[in-house]
Amino acid sequence: MRIRVVHETIYTYEQPARGLVQVLRLTPRDHDGQYVRAWRIDTTVDGRLTAREDGFGNIVHWFTPDEPSDAVTIRVTGEVDTDDTHGVLRGTIERLPDEFYLRDTDLCAASPELHAFAEQVAAAGDAAALALLHRLMGAVHGAVAYEPGPATSAVPAAKAFAAGRGVCQDLAHVFIAAARHIGIPARYAAGYRARDDGQADVEAPHGWVEALVPDLGWVAFDPCFDVSPSDNHIRVASGLDYLGAAPIRGSRTGGGTETLDVKLRVEQGRAAAQS
Amino acid sequence: MLSRTADNLFWLSRYVERADFVARILDAAHRFASLPTNYDGGESNEWDSALASAGDPDAFKTHYSAVNADTVCDFLAFSPHNPSSIRSCIEAARENARSVRTALTTEMWDAINGAWLELRNYAGKDLNRDEFGRFLDWVKTVSLTFDGSAFRTMLRNDAFWFTRLGTAVERADNTARILDVKYQILLPHDETVGGSLDYFQWTTILREVSAFNAYHWVYRESIKPLLVADLLMLNKQMPRSFANCYGVIVEYLDLIADAYGRRGPSQRLAGNMLAKLEGEDIDRVFASGLHEFVEAFIAENNKVGEAIAKQYLVG
Amino acid sequence: MAVTAFDEMNGIGAADPAAVRDAYGQLKSWLESTPPEHFNTRRSQAELLFRRIGITFAVYGDNESTERLIPFDIIPRVITKPEWAFLERGLKQRVTAINLFLKDVYGAQDCIKAGIIPADLVYRNAHYRMEMRSFRVPHDLYVHIAGIDIVRTGENDFFVLEDNARIPSGVSYMLENREVMLRLFPDLFSKHRVAPVENYPDALLATLRSLAPSTATRDPTVVLLTPGRFNSAFYEHSFLADKLGVELVEASDLFTKDDVVYMRTTEGPRRVDVIYRRLDDDFLDPLVFRPDSVLGVPGLMNAYERGSVTLANAVGTGISDDKAVYSYMPEIVKFFTGEEPILHNVPTYRCREKDAFAYVMDNLSELVVKEVNGSGGYGMLVGPHASKRELDDFARKLRHAPDGFIAQPTLSLSTCPTFVASGVAPRHVDLRPFVLNGADQIRIVPGGLTRVALKEGSLVVNSSQGGGTKDTWVLDA
Repeated sequence: MRIRVVHETIYTYEQPARGLVQVLRLTPRDHDGQYVRAWRIDTTVDGRLTAREDGFGNIVHWFTPDEPSDAVTIRVTGEVDTDDTHGVLRGTIERLPDEFYLRDTDLCAASPELHAFAEQVAAAGDAAALALLHRLMGAVHGAVAYEPGPATSAVPAAKAFAAGRGVCQDLAHVFIAAARHIGIPARYAAGYRARDDGQADVEAPHGWVEALVPDLGWVAFDPCFDVSPSDNHIRVASGLDYLGAAPIRGSRTGGGTETLDVKLRVEQGRAAAQS
Repeated sequence: MLSRTADNLFWLSRYVERADFVARILDAAHRFASLPTNYDGGESNEWDSALASAGDPDAFKTHYSAVNADTVCDFLAFSPHNPSSIRSCIEAARENARSVRTALTTEMWDAINGAWLELRNYAGKDLNRDEFGRFLDWVKTVSLTFDGSAFRTMLRNDAFWFTRLGTAVERADNTARILDVKYQILLPHDETVGGSLDYFQWTTILREVSAFNAYHWVYRESIKPLLVADLLMLNKQMPRSFANCYGVIVEYLDLIADAYGRRGPSQRLAGNMLAKLEGEDIDRVFASGLHEFVEAFIAENNKVGEAIAKQYLVG
Repeated sequence: MAVTAFDEMNGIGAADPAAVRDAYGQLKSWLESTPPEHFNTRRSQAELLFRRIGITFAVYGDNESTERLIPFDIIPRVITKPEWAFLERGLKQRVTAINLFLKDVYGAQDCIKAGIIPADLVYRNAHYRMEMRSFRVPHDLYVHIAGIDIVRTGENDFFVLEDNARIPSGVSYMLENREVMLRLFPDLFSKHRVAPVENYPDALLATLRSLAPSTATRDPTVVLLTPGRFNSAFYEHSFLADKLGVELVEASDLFTKDDVVYMRTTEGPRRVDVIYRRLDDDFLDPLVFRPDSVLGVPGLMNAYERGSVTLANAVGTGISDDKAVYSYMPEIVKFFTGEEPILHNVPTYRCREKDAFAYVMDNLSELVVKEVNGSGGYGMLVGPHASKRELDDFARKLRHAPDGFIAQPTLSLSTCPTFVASGVAPRHVDLRPFVLNGADQIRIVPGGLTRVALKEGSLVVNSSQGGGTKDTWVLDA
């Protein structure tokens, strides 16, 4: 499938914000089943934009405007060809040992209830990792109702689990916390998802999960939709949790109240039929 | 020097100076209020003018219903809701001092920290008239001790210069505030209105800036409103006059500029102001409008403060 | 429990009041010939002096002044020249090994591949910072300032208790204790050749300057980054900045622009080359670590990764100060230096291992059990001093999360004569020497911070748990 992305993040400030620094994880890399045909980041204000690779292997841009500004738009446009690999990831850049993805983080901190949930799912059937993870995906999908919304409302896993509903980050964190508890390395994946109904306008970037299956490698799971991502997902970044893979993290001094507006189109391109 | 350090030193001095100013206003108001109440045929408006000189009347209204000796004294001396109350000033001065503890000499720190500790003996207590008078005297001693310790113990470098700048900018503003509220008293009016009351009002102004004796030494004649205004604005001998404050500001801004090898907007603005004051003549000021002159000065002085902040204190 | 501790003054013969080790000869006769009132006077003078010297920094009138008032004991702890020479060799070896270990875990990971240390102990540890894997730190140095806690149990028995490789504190006490002793007891100093510690700030500054990145000028700008005056160690931060003659900066004094760190000064932005940071990793940069940190500098990690600024210590050194990693330190020293460890570890049972856990549970009342991530003497069980109920409670905690604990035999820490309410009596002590690991050389000022457990029989020397400090004398001859 060919997917075109136009992703605008628009920040406006009451007064010009000084010392603005932003960390952008907005650039996908190639792997089996994902080929980046074209991709660019533009900003509406002049500044320094430098790229490097982070510890996870994500491409990270640091952006610092030259002058204080009362509005900054980060505009991402790109085109990616994807194949359906049934969630199995091959050819991704892996910089960290598997054990690393067993580590707890604040956002993926579990509660006794979440531990019990994970243990129940594990004990409820086939112990093979792949089957277990599919079961876990279904269970998370059932236990935490998916409510589309902005990432800024994400809460720690235990809290989301207790609430029984959440945004995609929350479902991913619950999944990750449960998987790690039963000894399966798991991580957060951030990116874009084309809608099933063909509509191009999307509310926000998407987040899902990748877990390690012995002999198979990393496999993606999308607990929001209870499926393994097919060719309608573009994988942009991964991390221990949402924070490590967040599209934009920023900081500034002054500027008063910030208003954030996201415009996102994820469009299935014309070339889709040919591929 | 870190901009934050310079900022703390600048504001430390400003707050100490402001505490001293508020104490003087209250002292003078008490003096004036002790005149027989029917002197001017009714309630004295001295507390209104104290409030206007040393506080924010709008902020006052949200916490008190009536303007009188008790409420104004409480608001100006002890109210935590008034950022310029003596208590707030001492607390703010001490906060700034604490942040730059190592940039201060022991003596300076002791002066301000000691004041902060001692403040507890006054704030929140029900003071009678004499006790309140002693409190005001004590506040003036604090600023004397602080200034004295700075003068006697600090190295003559940028730390000292920013401290002095804070004092001078605040002092110029304070003098101007008194004139802004009381300029009418100094304007020439009908002979019939003149008399003992006017005399009291003029001397009150002089007392507010500790210039009662100075006036006689400088002018060697009876108190005349024109000369009172001259003393407070244009006379370079008078430590609280606009002209003297700007002499100090220009002197220390120049020392800073020389040390850093760069001049900027604050040197330019302050230099212009000093030249203007030096070239001014009190008759001309009265002719073209005393109030306008004072208002323009307050605005310009604020600009100089902002320029100093922008050039040095924010970084 | 009656443990016969090695006494620093009397030696093993603590029971024999006449016995004395050579180094303490003068001190002992001084103690015996001085009337008790004299000590009392001196002690209150010491108190006054601390307020006076410390006055430059202590903010009295606030609750925080209690920070400074860690009890000071006027009887010095003495270390002989050969003992120090031994410690010094051991400390250099240890810090060298720790640094190579850090370089390895953030680089080639040979020690994990060779099975020296289990992979998950490193990778699952929150102090292991994956951000540090993608670049090399200036001069390949990670630990620049270490405070290695050492305990003694016999004439020749020294053990490392903890490797403080993050932001060790306490050096201001070493300096102030000496200052006070010099003023109070000049005569005693004339009878001993005590190696100076006063040059520590010079050594620290030289170390920090040596760490400057290659982009720095020949006169690099060094700053000390503090979390601010509400931090419990702020006193030490301002003390050190003053002694070093460098700016004491808070996060708001720094900013980054085009991959470079600047400080805001009255003369405009000034480039910063070396940051001696007394701020935990987690708070350094809200864009990389905790997003809610207001104590950090946005963009700092980017500048660091680009090599334009040195952080001392490096980010991610906490992995080597983890108590579980500690238990592998003898193997780590051997692996990286090819030498036998000079300083020994306290034998450590890792509760994550089944056999060790069983042993610990069976012998809880004999052992000291520590939380892997605990510090300051908190979350710690001293078996022999614990009540039945405390033991039961702790056993429950252990069973719940064995991975989080290690256990060690209860060491009988050496004692040192200490002035207490009842007179002069032996009290348990430890020692924290400060090792400065520069690009040019390793510097160790002879001495350190001796902490003393003031409660009779107590083995917990932490100031938060009723510990005090002593001046530490390393004899030059």
